[in-house]
Amino acid sequence: METENLFFRIFKDRLFKLVVIVFSFASSLPLLFILFYIFKNGIAVINWQFLTQLPKPVGEVGGGISNAIVGTAILIILSSICSIPLGICTGIYLSEHRTGKLSYAVRLCVEILQGMPSIVIGIIAYMWIVMPLRTFSAFSGGIALAIMMLPIIVRSTEETLKLIPDSLKEASLALGVPYYKTILKVIVPAGLSGIVTAVIISIARVAGETAPLLFTAFGNPFMNVNISKPVNALPLLIFNYAASPYPEWHALAWGASLVLAVFVLTLNFFAKMMTKKWKVQF
Amino acid sequence: MESPVLKVESFCASFGEHNVLKNITLDVTQNKLTAMMGPSGCGKTTLVRCINRMHELIPNASVSGKMLLHNEDLYAMSPIIARRKIGMVFQRPNPFPTMTIYDNVIAGYKLNGVKKSREEFDKIVEESLRRAALWDEVKNVLYRKGTFLSGGQQQRLCIARALAMRPEILLLDEPTSALDPKSTSHIEELMIELKETVTIILVTHNIAQAARTSDFTAFIYLGELVEFGPTQKLFTVPKDKRTEEYLTGKFG
Repeated sequence: METENLFFRIFKDRLFKLVVIVFSFASSLPLLFILFYIFKNGIAVINWQFLTQLPKPVGEVGGGISNAIVGTAILIILSSICSIPLGICTGIYLSEHRTGKLSYAVRLCVEILQGMPSIVIGIIAYMWIVMPLRTFSAFSGGIALAIMMLPIIVRSTEETLKLIPDSLKEASLALGVPYYKTILKVIVPAGLSGIVTAVIISIARVAGETAPLLFTAFGNPFMNVNISKPVNALPLLIFNYAASPYPEWHALAWGASLVLAVFVLTLNFFAKMMTKKWKVQF
Repeated sequence: MESPVLKVESFCASFGEHNVLKNITLDVTQNKLTAMMGPSGCGKTTLVRCINRMHELIPNASVSGKMLLHNEDLYAMSPIIARRKIGMVFQRPNPFPTMTIYDNVIAGYKLNGVKKSREEFDKIVEESLRRAALWDEVKNVLYRKGTFLSGGQQQRLCIARALAMRPEILLLDEPTSALDPKSTSHIEELMIELKETVTIILVTHNIAQAARTSDFTAFIYLGELVEFGPTQKLFTVPKDKRTEEYLTGKFG
């Protein structure tokens, strides 16, 4: 009786371990399948021409996605310029003022903004910028993406700076260093790896966003670097080409998906490396 | 009798409704080590933090009374100026983690944007590290991060950082409470050497440490200055019953 019971317990233990291993493996399967599928379909169209040429009209063979790559780069630069300074400053404020009505309100707003559907943000950018200016533009797309990046940067900056011990701030203040210099030269550098990681993650997050760009950057079959005109972007190109009836365009969409996926993966990988390498020991 | 460096006159401090210091009056003598001793929560740390006005970081802190540095009111000047004249070392070693040992020592100048030539900085770094008895151990690793050092070395680095600003008074807030016995005795020897050149105020809950190192001792209990006088006198013939009871381990 005793031994039987023991065997059964060992069996349960083994079974539990097995289930945990199988499930954790299963949760990594979707990513592997997605990558495999994108590679299989996309790798065939990737070549130098694909990255440097403009899309060709239907029926012609070849053509590339250079306008979408440039457009995505412009959108990321614009949204970074808007969201990084604002996000970091807000994060500093929230970590410095942990209690208080204003910081409570700001924190709440940022949290809600983070959960806001991206399509809604696109519509808002359309109402605020596209309608008054009477044109779709890279600028409006950049703003829409900046609104999406903002909460990610704010939250991560706040969380990172909160982990920095107060003793460091005291050390600086006790040397007669003014408060703003203490923040800028002691606290922010100590949390820099976390802040940079947050920025990279937020870029990776918005690089693939389609919905906010539908009514803002709109898409453009030609090369455009003027931020007051519509631009193409990788996710927009994928959206438009994948929904088209032409097989050549489907191939281009797969290729663009591969480029986008590799870009986002690289950013994520880079962010991980950054956290490890720049880790500050207190 | 030389004039005191720091005069504290009927000084009170409170955080909100809570009165932490009640009517403290004492004089700190030049180039002597004055120890603040008392049980936990008696207000000794608050008193030294009031000297360089670090208590102002806590919201709703308020003070009354006078705090005179060379007859100049510390509360009439900007806290930034006051803190440059009064160095402080904290309970836990806190070197700046992003800076090298060299930069840590001159952090007070660097962070304040004081420009000096490389030679001048080299001189300050060597002099400060020598005074903190750390030079021989770190002279070959000046450009490594300060956080690579051991706890005791880090604490001496923090002392060097405070000394580099050439302060009039050095406040040591339980500087050995996070260190092992060997590092502790190192720091104690260092304090005795240092008082030749700088006035030191030491906060400690360790009675033996106060006896070993200090020239004057203040016994603070429940926010009151119970007794203040030359260490030898206070330890051998305490005037107040409470001092005697504390020294003999009846409470605290």
